Amino acid sequence: MAEYMAQGKQPEVLFWVGCAGSFDDRAKKITKAFVKLLHKANIDFAVLGTEESCTGDPAKRAGNEFLFQMQAMANIEVLNGYGIKKIVTACPHCFNTIGNEYPELGGTYEIMHHTQFLKSLLDEGKLKVEGGKFKGKKITFHDPCYLGRANGEYEAPRNLLEKLEVELVEMKRNKKHGMCCGAGGAQMFKEPEAGDKDVNVERTEQAMETSAKIIATGCPFCMVMMTDGVKAKNAEENVQVMDVAEMIANAEDL
Amino acid sequence: MQYLPNILFSIALAAGIGYFTLNIRKIIRNIKLGQEVNASDNKGQRWSNMVRIALGQSKMVVRPIPGLLHIFVYVGFVIINIEVLEIIIDGIFGTHRVLSTILPEGLYNFLIGSFEILALLVLVGVILFWTRRNIQKLKRFWNPEMKGWPKNDGNFILYFEMVLMVLFLTMNAADQSLQSLGAAHYVEAGSFPISKFIVPLIDGFSEGTLFAIERGAWWLHILGILIFLNYLYFSKHLHILLAFPNVYFGKVTPKGKFKNLESVTNEVKMMMDPNVDPFAAPAEGTQEAPSKFGASDVMDLSRIQLLNAYTCTECGRCTSECPANITGKKLSPRKIMMDTRDRLEEIGKNIDKNGEFKPDGKQLLDDYITREELWACTTCNACVEACPVSIDPLSIIMDMRQYLVMEQSAAPTELNVAMTNIENNGAPWPYNQMDRLNWKNEN
Ligand code: SF4
Ligand code: SF4
Repeated sequence: MAEYMAQGKQPEVLFWVGCAGSFDDRAKKITKAFVKLLHKANIDFAVLGTEESCTGDPAKRAGNEFLFQMQAMANIEVLNGYGIKKIVTACPHCFNTIGNEYPELGGTYEIMHHTQFLKSLLDEGKLKVEGGKFKGKKITFHDPCYLGRANGEYEAPRNLLEKLEVELVEMKRNKKHGMCCGAGGAQMFKEPEAGDKDVNVERTEQAMETSAKIIATGCPFCMVMMTDGVKAKNAEENVQVMDVAEMIANAEDL
Repeated sequence: MQYLPNILFSIALAAGIGYFTLNIRKIIRNIKLGQEVNASDNKGQRWSNMVRIALGQSKMVVRPIPGLLHIFVYVGFVIINIEVLEIIIDGIFGTHRVLSTILPEGLYNFLIGSFEILALLVLVGVILFWTRRNIQKLKRFWNPEMKGWPKNDGNFILYFEMVLMVLFLTMNAADQSLQSLGAAHYVEAGSFPISKFIVPLIDGFSEGTLFAIERGAWWLHILGILIFLNYLYFSKHLHILLAFPNVYFGKVTPKGKFKNLESVTNEVKMMMDPNVDPFAAPAEGTQEAPSKFGASDVMDLSRIQLLNAYTCTECGRCTSECPANITGKKLSPRKIMMDTRDRLEEIGKNIDKNGEFKPDGKQLLDDYITREELWACTTCNACVEACPVSIDPLSIIMDMRQYLVMEQSAAPTELNVAMTNIENNGAPWPYNQMDRLNWKNEN
């Protein structure tokens, strides 16, 4: 972004990568896949790079409002400093926090989840996909809580999957009633409380009941949780977990 | 002596309504112990929610079978109350079936006929509900928090409604027989599509016996209703009244939007703005920072959250969708609501006894809701989505977490590590902020 600024230009959209997308090995692949798609569609975008910092979502959901607001205000200062208007992110938590909780703190932007953004690119004809290697494959979609229930977006990712001509099989609990992968509320960063089972294993079992070959999702944290769930069930051979953006990029062999 | 029944009736009615009013006042007083909230926004949305969700039961039918049965009972309950109006007028003035003298015959017959059909549907609904609770033993009615009073409460209500409906139909059956005997006072009025099947059972009874049955059922029915009205206060059945305001005040913003604490905003702004003198006296009119962040007891919660607690029907739909509960963790969003109500009631009783609240060495946190429960929540909003009366258990969990973290620094160790990382590295993991863009050049 700093480079854009130096040239006195404004990008069409800012890609907010997020902590997972920047540091988590698995999530970085999603980041790269999404960037490939952005390039392919000739989107003029920028990232904040080292100026980006955690949105504060995990701090807020853990109850640390102080830390959250410090993060939020620091980020807002950077974003407003660059005059950013439109943001796209591949993380539903960043999407929710920036979209819902930043405005009151002085940061109002048009924000899109990457599945929404990709859908708009397809609708505008800037990007084309065909079934490719996923055509007819049995695929189930796991709704990330902070995209689905929290913000009511169930259709954009499903639309993309439709474009890939997959056979979409829904889990019993989907959309509004979708079950959490177990990562939210800062659970990602702590051991679960004592119980009979881990949430991600339960959710993975629900996904495997559909006998889908791929569990598609749209959140780096769901990705980690579901991947671990598949490992816990020793099913890596049969079931893959993929982000919708990766699937599109893969279908195109990008 | 002639007016004795009228007088007795009026006394019973006044006592019933009086005691009920007293308790409603207590509820309002207790709710006002909570923090004020401004919910004057989105009026249109709020009214439409109330019509759809409370009146229209839209969330109930998400589970079709109990949803439909609940609609029987609910519609029956509401509509049969028109009949109660007639009973009250008759009771006070000593008339009999007074509405039949005011309304056109056809309409009156239609009304009484529909009441009877509804009464039957209520009876069927209630019996099936009882079966689901006690024979089928649906899991959500057998969670640990459903022992003792909550379990009995659920069944008492069902018995109550069964008895009331049977009395209503018996009353009508005896009335019919008296009408056909041409008994004095018993005008020919009403159509009785259901209770006519009871008539053969009392066929051949003397006029005196029939009179006793009719009066007995009439009195028990109306006294039963008055008792039921007063039972509400002690019961999860309060929802039949509170569901309406509760849905009105329910969350109208996206579920993922958690409120930003204004007091924190002020402090953070102060910290970040080099021009502000941190030691300056707060400007005129600005609020003093509250002495406490988050909630450790019910008084720290908002009035809406306390209304939520009184409204909770203990149906357990929230808990049955909760990922933490499903996987055997201690957390149950229903229990969060029940605990909040129990603690609030405890404080209410304390105030009744002492005139004002005398600290009792207890609080909502730890004495009712444990930390283990609070930390098990994934903030997934499934409970909020599932609740048929727009209750938000998650907001209470969040407020209590805020207390734990900001007042007590009592987050689980791993979370403290993650938060320190966010503070120092701008990410919950111990990576260097300068490495944020490394993915760009990796392959
Ligand atoms: S938000 Fe928390 S309490 Fe509610 S269903 Fe999800 S995990 Fe359970
Ligand atoms: S909070 Fe709502 S869903 Fe949960 S038990 Fe109470 S009424 Fe039922």
